[in-house]
Amino acid sequence: MKKIFYSALMTLAFAFTASAQNATVSGTVKSSADGLPLIGVNVIVKDTSTGAVSDFDGNFTITNVQPNATLVFTYIGFETKELPASANMNVSLEEDNESLDEIVVIGYGSKSRKDVTGSVSFVGAETIEKLKPVDVSQALQGTTTGVSVSSASGSPGSGFKFLIRGVSSNSSNDPLLVVDGYIVSNLNSLNPNDIESLTVLKDAQAAIYGIQGANGVILVTTKNGKKNTAPKVSYNAFAAVQQTTKKLSLLNGTEYAALVNESYAANGQSLPHTNLSGLGEGLDWQDQIFDQALMTNHNLSLSGGTEKITYYLSATHLDQDGIIAPDKSNYVRDNIKLNLGVDVNDRLKTTLNLNYFSNSRKSINESGLGSVLFNAISYSPLFTLDQEDVGGVFGSDAALFGNEIINPLSQIRDTYNSYSGSSIEGNFQLEYKLTDALKVTSRIGFKTYSDKSKSFSPIVDYGAGKVFNTTRSTVNQSRNQYDSYTWDSFATYKKSIADKHNIETTVGMTVVKNWGDGLSGTGYDVPYNSWDFADISQTTGLGTGNDTSSYTYDNRLLSYFGRLQYDFKGKYLLSAMVRRDGSSAFDNEYRIDYFKSVTAGWKISEENFLKDNETIDFLKLRGSYGTLGNLVGADLYKALLSGEATYVFDGVLSNGQALGKLPNKIAQWETAEKLDIGLDAKLFNNKLEIVADYFLEDRVDLLIENLPVSGILGTTAPGSSAPTVNAGTTRSEGYELLLNYSDNISENLSFNVSYNVTKIKGEVINIIGDVSPTGGSFGVGQPLLPSIMTVGQPIGSFYGLQTNGIFQNQAEVNAHPTQEGLGYAASPGDIRYVDVNGDNKIDADDRTFIGKPLADYFMGFNFSINYKNFDFSAYTYAEVGKEMVRNYERDQPNVNRLDYYLDRWTGPGTSNTVPRATTGATTNKLFSDFFVEDASFVRIQNIQLGYSLPEDLLEKIGMSKVRIYTSVNNAFTFTKYKGFDPAATNGAAIGGGIDSGFYPAVRQYILGLNVSF
Amino acid sequence: MKNNKNILSAILVFTLIATGIYSCSDEFLDETQNYNIDSENFFNSEEDYYLALVGAYDLLQASYVNVLLGEIASDNTLCGGESATDVVGFQQIDDMGHTEVNSNLRDIWSWMFAGVSRTNYFLENQNKTAFDGRDAMVAEARFLRAYYHFELVKWFGGIPIKNYEAALSGAGERFVPGDELSIPRSSVAEVYALIESDLIYAVNNLEYTAPQVGRVTKGAAEALLGKAYLYQNKFTEAATVLDNVINNGPYDLALDYATIFESGGENNVESVFEVQYTDAEGAGFGCLQCSEGNIAVGFNGIRNYSGPTFDSGYSFNVPTQEAVDAFETGDSRKDVSILDIEAWATTTQATFGVGYEHTGYYNRKYLARQGDQNMGDQNLTNPNNYRSIRFADVLLMAAEANNRGSIDDAKAQLYLNRVRERAFGNTTSNVSASGTALTDAIYHERRVELVGEGHRFFDLVRTGQAASEIDGFVAGRNELFPIPIEEIQFSNGLWTQNTTY
Repeated sequence: MKKIFYSALMTLAFAFTASAQNATVSGTVKSSADGLPLIGVNVIVKDTSTGAVSDFDGNFTITNVQPNATLVFTYIGFETKELPASANMNVSLEEDNESLDEIVVIGYGSKSRKDVTGSVSFVGAETIEKLKPVDVSQALQGTTTGVSVSSASGSPGSGFKFLIRGVSSNSSNDPLLVVDGYIVSNLNSLNPNDIESLTVLKDAQAAIYGIQGANGVILVTTKNGKKNTAPKVSYNAFAAVQQTTKKLSLLNGTEYAALVNESYAANGQSLPHTNLSGLGEGLDWQDQIFDQALMTNHNLSLSGGTEKITYYLSATHLDQDGIIAPDKSNYVRDNIKLNLGVDVNDRLKTTLNLNYFSNSRKSINESGLGSVLFNAISYSPLFTLDQEDVGGVFGSDAALFGNEIINPLSQIRDTYNSYSGSSIEGNFQLEYKLTDALKVTSRIGFKTYSDKSKSFSPIVDYGAGKVFNTTRSTVNQSRNQYDSYTWDSFATYKKSIADKHNIETTVGMTVVKNWGDGLSGTGYDVPYNSWDFADISQTTGLGTGNDTSSYTYDNRLLSYFGRLQYDFKGKYLLSAMVRRDGSSAFDNEYRIDYFKSVTAGWKISEENFLKDNETIDFLKLRGSYGTLGNLVGADLYKALLSGEATYVFDGVLSNGQALGKLPNKIAQWETAEKLDIGLDAKLFNNKLEIVADYFLEDRVDLLIENLPVSGILGTTAPGSSAPTVNAGTTRSEGYELLLNYSDNISENLSFNVSYNVTKIKGEVINIIGDVSPTGGSFGVGQPLLPSIMTVGQPIGSFYGLQTNGIFQNQAEVNAHPTQEGLGYAASPGDIRYVDVNGDNKIDADDRTFIGKPLADYFMGFNFSINYKNFDFSAYTYAEVGKEMVRNYERDQPNVNRLDYYLDRWTGPGTSNTVPRATTGATTNKLFSDFFVEDASFVRIQNIQLGYSLPEDLLEKIGMSKVRIYTSVNNAFTFTKYKGFDPAATNGAAIGGGIDSGFYPAVRQYILGLNVSF
Repeated sequence: MKNNKNILSAILVFTLIATGIYSCSDEFLDETQNYNIDSENFFNSEEDYYLALVGAYDLLQASYVNVLLGEIASDNTLCGGESATDVVGFQQIDDMGHTEVNSNLRDIWSWMFAGVSRTNYFLENQNKTAFDGRDAMVAEARFLRAYYHFELVKWFGGIPIKNYEAALSGAGERFVPGDELSIPRSSVAEVYALIESDLIYAVNNLEYTAPQVGRVTKGAAEALLGKAYLYQNKFTEAATVLDNVINNGPYDLALDYATIFESGGENNVESVFEVQYTDAEGAGFGCLQCSEGNIAVGFNGIRNYSGPTFDSGYSFNVPTQEAVDAFETGDSRKDVSILDIEAWATTTQATFGVGYEHTGYYNRKYLARQGDQNMGDQNLTNPNNYRSIRFADVLLMAAEANNRGSIDDAKAQLYLNRVRERAFGNTTSNVSASGTALTDAIYHERRVELVGEGHRFFDLVRTGQAASEIDGFVAGRNELFPIPIEEIQFSNGLWTQNTTY
């Protein structure tokens, strides 16, 4: 530090004393390869912060340069050059072949992409900048192979989930998220503007992360300043108008009344709507709740560096309103980011990364029965805006709809909640070079997040029996604290022997601790029944039981790892790694395991026979194999006292304590055995890049519930059940292909086209004990669950009845095996189910595979073109070969329906697809492929057009960049799917893909500005 | 200067790393307290022990099926039910056609082992926290373990027992997954030795009156011990301990046999051990063992019955003509034990349905009575307690031990005639025989006194009469029931199947 101070002082002193003799230096920088001028080269007077950036023609000018100064020329992709300053300099920079590739972080180290032997996807800051994601997670959607990103909701502030190479686990498929070396549980606290890159480790190379690596690893690197660069100030801002991407096609008022009449008549009831004429269109409640909403984002950053110090500072404010009830559903996020790198001396480097994050959110009831959208779909189009379902209309004294359906506008009116949280996260790193070959690093990363939430239920009455009625007002408040740290210490030894054998060894350890606690309480009787007084401190009443609760948690991981990387002349690459993990989530005797992997690569283009090939610039074959863990199954070794222990003493029931689900002392994490074979190629003067991968993963030791076990274990005792046991295996197999073509056609025109596709086939290989876990839910009160994990199918397949048209007449019903086993005999107009097992009767045993939620193919097609000062880009994402379940229709006689009901069966020959309308009991609502739809889709995620001010103008106004742009997010979605959003899922391995009325993705029309100087 | 700083930095970094490695042995993973009460940090107070003990009692209620099938398997009753396929497992046992594939036998195996598991959970932790009265609670737990083990050994013969030697000295340990592959079946003698050891402890640590009605007493322990001895033909030991119950216990015969099986007769002076049931909580077919009611009663009930006194049921476990005819003339127990439904319907205008194997008789002792709350499914929540060990049973067991052990026929006569005097209301029907004639009289008396109470099949087996009395019974095969096929498979063949199944 002292040294820096001195040198700064010296420079300053010189500057003052020698100013008279100082000269202006100017010159031109060109590429040595093609002689074209290089734009944006950093030219710095050595040991000072004085400098300039070359302009459009490669010209630069620096004033006040002392006579003997040295100029440092740095430019990405080129070798840094130092030259003595002179009046008119003609500088040509050599291309740096080594750094032409991105440097890729691979966990506890980094590597030139050319030398990487694992399967890695990479997204840089430019892509993030283009896509303008609210959450950085979205930047991986469609831009990388093997990664899919999904959300259960388009509402502001809702979270995202990743899948890397599909679903292998029935427990958790969440990848490990590592930001600058420390582990986090989600990326929502990061400001996308602060991200330098996202790197995805997809194969056994991630074994360096051992027990946490099986679902893949996403490594996030945040931005830092560059050494010897002038301070750069950037201001980025955009404003967006948002709207829904979809409204469902519902019946209008008259169509609705006709259908209701028909269904009453079919069951011999009197008609509720006596006169259909004059009913008209009625209301589409979706029009009443969907709104145009605003979003704004401001980001200001400062970055730069001297020879010893790099810095990056940024502040961001995001404000997003929801497209439903903007004042009750919105999200505000603030970030302040500081990254600082200090070279204390030649040997010791330190880095400090800090991110302050604060967010607040309001939300409405979304997704599923009772949600605002569900009510908007179901509520009668013939009701007026303020009409509650209290009965007395349409010939009925009672409420018309189910107990869960109320006026969506009233529901919004009576929704009061708030949530806010803030965190500080970051890491502090010391890196010490013991010798030129040996480097030791120790870093501690941390995140501490605290949040509070409040929700208020006012006294409301929506009509008799409605589940949302509240007779006493309550306010719920909670506070939670989440803490974690990741402490890494490792040493890297790097040595070249005889210029042929290059060895790099890394050994180290990691300590991870996650802990936290929470407290919540409920207050009764809020003064004036008002949100303004909704605080426990103001409540006056007492509850009936214990109205407070709390929890704590603490889990830890201790790991040691080692990695050996070797290459021979940079041509044959080999690496091997091993990691020993111990996790506190398991029993002492069974909590340690070792994970191992090997990777290898062969740069074929370095061989003599290809070295001078005109077409092939680069060709590498690589492969990896290894084992990784998925840290699930925590605390299964402990038994809780959740069993039923009831007996009769003194003639009355006495309750005791007994074991619940049995513990499994030897329960362990899942293990993935991953194989990857890949090819990296660059052709035609590096214009075409090809990355291809084949992968095969066996996930073993999946944790399966309710496996049959020996009776001696006592699992048949009341309230007890069999332990969850490592007893399943899945296999995922597929390929990935990335094609990227970029070309500079002329000085004014360049473009880039890229296409990526991932094909995944997942299958359950075996489950010991002949059980098939089920999950998800369909309809209301249907005991058979719609999703299943069963051998021979992908995890989470839909399992229900198979349909074969509609019974047109009684003769057809009679000719078919009886459907009485399903609950009711069929009538003409009912769905005909297939007798899958051939036992001449239709019942629950005829259920079979009727679809799967995960696509066969994931694709991205991205295009960008720059012409003069204009830039245009488009990002497209597609999923092909997946199904979703239509589960947002309430099975009640008076609810409104989608307009496909216009094609319903009304007599022989009228329809063979949609069953009759009736208020009577039928089996038509049972889970069958009638409710399973093809949900393949293509979505144009982003279209953007930008204009940058020309250089000469910029110079005049003293700016380095001014760009204005307009873009549209989620511009178009092409799909046959009837629901709101074919891309949405709740992310559950078993039970995903069931659409209970997902809040749709939001279309955003954006106008933005980028300014730098 | 510069060098010094470098050295300083190096020391700093190394100290950091070294501290890291030193402080981070695997002990780091030993989790801190997270305020969870789980199975391993329970038993911290007397209250905890009591709560766990309630859990151990709970599975007694699941023994309803043992009682039901103990009758159905015998010559006392036919299976009945709605049709020949109504509860196939029951029907097969009735016909002695059961195989190792039988879900009802699997229930008995699993439920009784669930009871064993809960008692062993208690016993595993018996020394964790000291308090006054702990020995008595441990004694109750050991009685319950003996009770469950006794059921298992009666039905299946030798069974696996965890850490047998330690168990013998009072320890307990639950089975864990994998034990089925490594712990073989103990011999029948070994199981009985453990039962005896548990019951002797219970006898020595319990009083004749329990702190709550329904809990185990010294008398219950003595009676069950005597019964266990008797099942092994250890007549001397049986006679000693049973004589002691009779002479020193607080028990006596109820004056009127007819009152015993009504709700007012529950836990009366004759009740030595009684499984407690209630109608206060609902139940469903999804978890029969979870019911707090006596499910056997609903199964015994009169098919489609409409009339006074009784509630309807599923018409299982219907007495045979032979069992009815076993009653001598003048035996007041006949009309208490057997309901002649045709006659009853005639007198009361009641109506009823005819089920499978309709004999015209019902097991009146355990028929659903009107006037219960019958929460939930009324067939599954009848409150009738199961009179597991009645003083009359103790008298007859003591008589048998004294007679068959050639100890004291006079005493045997005395005990037998106490029972008969109540039944006939006079002394003229008293038995004066001795030797094997007395033995036969005692056997006969057991049948009529205890008909419908689930003892008959096992009495016939242990006295060697089963093959001659039970249709389809094959000597050398049917004395024991087969271990469920699933269990043989789980043990990967470690547990060999009982002979010829």
